[in-house]
Amino acid sequence: MGASDFSNLPHIGESVRRKEDYRFLTGAGQYTDDITMQAQSYAVFVRSPHAHAVIKSIDISAASAMPGVVRIFIGKDLEGKMGGLPCGWLINNPDGTPMNEPPHPVLALGKVRHVGDQLAMVIADTLEQAKNAAEAVQVDYDVLPAVVDVRDAATGPQLHDAAPNNKCYKWVLGDKANVDAAFANAAHVTKLDLINNRLVPNAMEPRVAIGNYSRATEEYVLYVSNQNPHVERLLMTAFVLGLPEHKVRVIAPDVGGGFGSKIYLYAEDVALTWAAKEVNRSIKWTCERSESFLTDAHGRDHVSHAEMAMDKDGKFLGMRVHTHANLGAYLSTFSTAVPTILYATLLAGQYTCPQIYVEVDSWFTNTAPVDAYRGAGRPEATYLLERLVSRCGWELGLSQDEIRKRNFINSWPYQTPVALQYDSGDYIGCMTKAQDMADVAGFPGRKSASAAKGLLRGIGYSSYIEACGIAPSNIAGALGARAGLFECGEIRVHPTGSVTVFTGSHSHGQGHETTFAQVVAARLGVSVDAVDVVHGDTGRVPFGMGTYGSRSISVGGAAIMKALDKIETKAKKIAAHLMESSDADVEFANGEFTVKGTDKKVTFGQVALTAYVPHNYPLDKLEPGLNETAFYDPTNFTFPAGTYICEVEIDPATGVTRVEKFTAVDDFGTIINPMIVEGQVHGGLVQGIGQAMMENCVYDRETGQLLTGSFMDYAMPRADDFPDFLIGNICTPCTHNPLGTKGCGEAGAIGSPPAVINAVLDALHGLGVKEFDMPATPHRVWEAIQAAKA
Amino acid sequence: MQVQMKVNNRQVSVDVPPHTLLVQVLREHLHMTGTHVGCDTAQCGACTVIKDGHAIKSCNILAAQADGAEITTIEGIAAADGTMHPMQAAFKECHGLQCGFCTPGMVLSAIDLCAKHPNASAAEVRTHLEGNMCRCTGYQNIVKAVQQGAAAMASA
Repeated sequence: MGASDFSNLPHIGESVRRKEDYRFLTGAGQYTDDITMQAQSYAVFVRSPHAHAVIKSIDISAASAMPGVVRIFIGKDLEGKMGGLPCGWLINNPDGTPMNEPPHPVLALGKVRHVGDQLAMVIADTLEQAKNAAEAVQVDYDVLPAVVDVRDAATGPQLHDAAPNNKCYKWVLGDKANVDAAFANAAHVTKLDLINNRLVPNAMEPRVAIGNYSRATEEYVLYVSNQNPHVERLLMTAFVLGLPEHKVRVIAPDVGGGFGSKIYLYAEDVALTWAAKEVNRSIKWTCERSESFLTDAHGRDHVSHAEMAMDKDGKFLGMRVHTHANLGAYLSTFSTAVPTILYATLLAGQYTCPQIYVEVDSWFTNTAPVDAYRGAGRPEATYLLERLVSRCGWELGLSQDEIRKRNFINSWPYQTPVALQYDSGDYIGCMTKAQDMADVAGFPGRKSASAAKGLLRGIGYSSYIEACGIAPSNIAGALGARAGLFECGEIRVHPTGSVTVFTGSHSHGQGHETTFAQVVAARLGVSVDAVDVVHGDTGRVPFGMGTYGSRSISVGGAAIMKALDKIETKAKKIAAHLMESSDADVEFANGEFTVKGTDKKVTFGQVALTAYVPHNYPLDKLEPGLNETAFYDPTNFTFPAGTYICEVEIDPATGVTRVEKFTAVDDFGTIINPMIVEGQVHGGLVQGIGQAMMENCVYDRETGQLLTGSFMDYAMPRADDFPDFLIGNICTPCTHNPLGTKGCGEAGAIGSPPAVINAVLDALHGLGVKEFDMPATPHRVWEAIQAAKA
Repeated sequence: MQVQMKVNNRQVSVDVPPHTLLVQVLREHLHMTGTHVGCDTAQCGACTVIKDGHAIKSCNILAAQADGAEITTIEGIAAADGTMHPMQAAFKECHGLQCGFCTPGMVLSAIDLCAKHPNASAAEVRTHLEGNMCRCTGYQNIVKAVQQGAAAMASA
């Protein structure tokens, strides 16, 4: 079935209220911490209070003798029993040599490399006993100087023997000579330095895991708050513990938000799984929020320089970018792909810039590992490009929309100079609709009204693009991925015609249980209530790569569509038999099988029952049953895109900056459930505007202590921080998946930060402020104003 | 020490160490896991319950302080037949939840607001919910849900 036929089916485009909501609203959700095993013990991890130190000794004798203590493990207890935590993406240097990939031990060996680095696991009968014993573990440290800022990395103290000068890799993309030639011929060059601030993902449910082992079945079961249980199992069994996969089951039940931070295989997950067998007990570990701040993979943290070469009319001729990326103390699972494959390939944006050259240097520092966080590389690319483009316009005396319009791509497919081929889009259409919705025409009046109150009003644009639907496995493999990136779906039609869907995608707030049920209900002509979606359990779902990179509907949904194709093909054969016609003459629509040119018909329910009660059935040609599995590997990425317009109002006396109006128009291709999609945009916007206005993860530059280690220090957006948003859509379907979908989960976080900061700069333009780094807190805005005055 | 309270109209008595928090009693002793713990600094509001008619953060109060109190948790607001409370229904109708983790606290905080200010404006709702964090929804649909839930509560 093609995308246009699909989008016309019943339930597609309908805001079906969510099937999962009842349990969440009545307190019946089952998050990992809600699960209690029989004779469960509790783990607490002893963590480094220092950013960088040699572990001279660890004395567990007093702690081991404390009441209720079951066992205490330290790094050397694990040596030889397991490998280190793997990095899932290999990046090569320009000379073809591989990146430096230092060991990432499950419990620290010899040294600790960031505050919070885990060095011992204490297991006790109760949580309180485990906490008390953890306090009694004596660690003698030789404290070393620390480096936290990526700009200090090359000259700072070295973290790893295997990473001289703290370098992980240099990576380049594009043709330098061609870009240099473009700059040589430019009428104007715009330059920009910027910082993409480090963020803490802060899913509301902290990480949790329960390790279990059964001597009877020799099976391990790990309950874990995770976005991709099969990937977790694959990494843990194949790379770390060397266990057979059929003896390891990973269950990610209800998960309270992820945003990327729960993609990864964390040390605690491995330690709990392994130790469950060692102590023959179930072991629960629940991360405290302070621990989350210290140990969850963080996001962003880039320092970049960018230059754009233009002709006299503002047409882009070439762009060069140099980015320094902070990877933290160790390589988290997909960390190395974020500032490279997921970043530099998006630097063409929505524009016809013919030549782009990007250099990326990635570094180790004494900070928590940095990995994918909502958007993952694409927010960094969008922030850089959209800040640069607005500045190009200002320097040439062109409005923010005009500089964009002069450079927009306007025909598809479009091959960018940075490896991607965009399949479809309508960039001018998005911008025009956003301008209408934002009442851009009324902006001068609103600016005057603000000025009358002594306030400065600014407007900012951002036209983003992202690559989602990750990913064609062969392309990803050629680029260094150490895993496939397909998805799996199984459709189990029950004898009475209801359906269970098993998907490798994982829902941790995205509403898959509803959206995927709509897809199946639409195709099979059954009610949405007759379809249940199962996810998050390697023991029930055949396989899966999980949910990240806005891939679920475009890859996971496409796998379900393929399985539905198989169901339909088989069901038609059964129907043909029942109606005594040939397979080729059977048509299927609205849950009914008919024979062309006749009034014969059988229902989907009759066919389902016949498949399982095959009394009148072509048993010589067809197996009984109606259960199909499909794997779908995408042929290209999908390319959601849109234009966001932000208006801010600034009090120049105090620096207090308010987002007064925010308009987002996105092209997500086919939309299956508009209510859910709009909800995804709202959430993404608050994370993106949060980055631009409030959020900032700060380590002390000397000591490496995390200064923003709680919700009292790290400014999370709250209900009263931002206004209602204006949300619109246009639709150009994706051309290469059967649904026409592009993905919507990350757009808001990707597109919004530059719209906010461009608005701040627009407001402050008259005061001479040209440079500004996120977040736009009152203090920073006030400082920028003072600096411009001086 | 022995602590007695009425939780969701059921009289309960638990024997706990004096430093036990109310949220621990609810989750660990009474196995009512709808009340969640999202932080360790009383900031996030995921543990919000109603104590004697007021929304409180159950991670920030000792069980002993709740001795003799009437507590309502998220498990206690739907009708006996399972029909959702009007505020729960409004959250579903308005898509005021995504991952669901902050939701119990949000709903109870919203019920508390509407009991005291049935006609709260959107701005007042936003101010009231300042102590309940949500990382998924961006709050817009929560505000819509609270106003719709308030109207439904008023007409119920």
